[in-house]
Amino acid sequence: MTRLQTAFSQPHPAFVAFITAGDGDTAANLDALVAGGADVIELGMPFTDPMADGPAIQSANLRSLGKGTTTADVFQVTKDFRARHPDTPLILMGYANPMIRRGPEWFASECVKAGVDGVICVDIPPEEDGELGPALRDAGIAPIRLATPTTDAARLPQVLEGSGGFLYYVSVAGITGLQQAAQSSIEEAVAKLKAATDLPVAVGFGVRTPEQAAEIAKVADGVVVGSALVDLVGEFGDEAPAKLQELTERLVAAMRDLKQ
Amino acid sequence: MNTQPNSFRTQPDDRGHFGEFGGRYVAETLMPLILDLEREYRAAQKDPAFQAEFDDLLEHYVGRPSPLYFAERLTEHLRKEAEPGMGAQVWFKRDELNHTGAHKINNCIGQILLAKRMGKTRIIAETGAGQHGVATATVCARFGLPCVIYMGAEDVARQSPNVFRMKLLGAEVVPVTSGGATLKDAMNEGLRDWVANVHDTFYIIGTAAGPHPYPELVRDFQSVIGTEARAQLLARTGRLPDLLIACIGGGSNALGLFHPFLDDPDVKMLGVEAAGHGLDGDEHAASLLGGSPGVLHGNKTYLLQDEDGQITEGHSISAGLDYPGIGPEHAWLKDTGRVEYTAVTDDEALEGFQLLCRTEGIIPALEPSHALAAVAKRAPQMREDEIICMNLCGRGDKDIFTVAEKLGVQM
Repeated sequence: MTRLQTAFSQPHPAFVAFITAGDGDTAANLDALVAGGADVIELGMPFTDPMADGPAIQSANLRSLGKGTTTADVFQVTKDFRARHPDTPLILMGYANPMIRRGPEWFASECVKAGVDGVICVDIPPEEDGELGPALRDAGIAPIRLATPTTDAARLPQVLEGSGGFLYYVSVAGITGLQQAAQSSIEEAVAKLKAATDLPVAVGFGVRTPEQAAEIAKVADGVVVGSALVDLVGEFGDEAPAKLQELTERLVAAMRDLKQ
Repeated sequence: MNTQPNSFRTQPDDRGHFGEFGGRYVAETLMPLILDLEREYRAAQKDPAFQAEFDDLLEHYVGRPSPLYFAERLTEHLRKEAEPGMGAQVWFKRDELNHTGAHKINNCIGQILLAKRMGKTRIIAETGAGQHGVATATVCARFGLPCVIYMGAEDVARQSPNVFRMKLLGAEVVPVTSGGATLKDAMNEGLRDWVANVHDTFYIIGTAAGPHPYPELVRDFQSVIGTEARAQLLARTGRLPDLLIACIGGGSNALGLFHPFLDDPDVKMLGVEAAGHGLDGDEHAASLLGGSPGVLHGNKTYLLQDEDGQITEGHSISAGLDYPGIGPEHAWLKDTGRVEYTAVTDDEALEGFQLLCRTEGIIPALEPSHALAAVAKRAPQMREDEIICMNLCGRGDKDIFTVAEKLGVQM
């Protein structure tokens, strides 16, 4: 089993924790997320133009780039993480341009060297899969696709074709970190997705509190929290690890309590 | 790279690619929407009623056809510096005489008719200097649709007359403070709005860029410029021009002029980018000459970017050219060699601006002032019987403050 498969075959739904690489003390922040019980790490690659992100993650991108974070730095953070945490899956999330800048094969091989398990590229839909997908699949890196409230039944097979790792359900038509979707709409959507794929389904966008995470955990295989964690990094800087661990513990506890 | 296709006018392919450029690099939430837009656009193309309404509005509301004008005194002026027998005739396609003062309105009319067809009830757009914002606010007022314009906070401060014009026309102008607070950030914010309001909102993109089908449909709506110019030149001069010249920001006015001539092998074309303070430094907006291929704002094209693929800020005296990307069809036309591209500095554009004011009594926008600077360089190297047609794509009222400041004049 891959690290991602293991993370999603535990008795409890997986908690996927997002932070942006190069924002704050990333190594310490990542360790705090693992210590708090995160099952999967989603590490954002900073980009100057994060079109799909709300204010929290936009700011994190700018803070990181403002400190001079490079692609090489992102892979170094990842490589060091893999050495410290051999079993925790780590996926990279970001935008196409930094990923394909030196060619998709280069990117995929760096992912392999750094111990990356999967990649979410926001602005490469199935229609442009050739830009990155084949290189990732050849290298054994899971291309993780997004399904959204606008992805209808006719389109879903195209989204699933060639995707791997897990399916990320973007629960709101919108950007990261703002409004929360109605629980009923999430339940309905996740049921449809699970009927169409054997991949685990994780739900994200707008999930901020343990209560929300617990509700979603009743129906999904995983819950993604990003902006709420990133806000802590922005607010507390070097003091962020303790805060991140504390919030992660509360989110994880809430998700596991309700499942039992 | 010079693989010559049979026709240069059949792009993009059915996936929206112009060679390796273009495409649909958007978040999944937007994909179903742009597929819808493409279906609707295909239907509109086949619908004579759509074309008739578009033509009618262009004639009676925009004021088309725009004149084709022989710039006699400018031609004579440029011949003074030329060898005997040299100095091409300079003709202008006068899209600066359109309602709202630039070519932008052609595209806005087309897109708002599409929005109406699709039953959308809310319009959004991005703007840099404000020309596309004003054109969008204008058509929204004309069709009674609410309109939100995203504009970088820096640009809001610099272009207050256009901000006021948009407000007069009933638009809400939202200053964008994220990122560098300029045009590309305004476009990011437009995309963020769209992704959150997909059910009722139509995004009127201002140039021949963005995800497919935008580059194609914007080009098609702007091609009225070249179609008219071709017929007007044939009627007035009895032949096709030798050289077409247009400035390039995103590239819609240039494509509008060039596209109907692309399969006329004897017609040469020159696109003029903004060299800002010079191509040797970082302060320019010449994506084709000073950038490299990458993906931004839904398409693959030439971009100003660093070695890690982070987008860098462009600079030009002209806010309308100050964008770190370029329409994907230009990227393809460059690589096929069909169109030549050059760049002109802020100072050269400023000279072009003043030259036209004095020789022809026309105050041009700073964008086509870049094309004028290229005309001034090329015309003396061409024979007297040769013809240059330049797209005078905007008028300069909006730019007099910038020019005054540059010339050290207190207003």
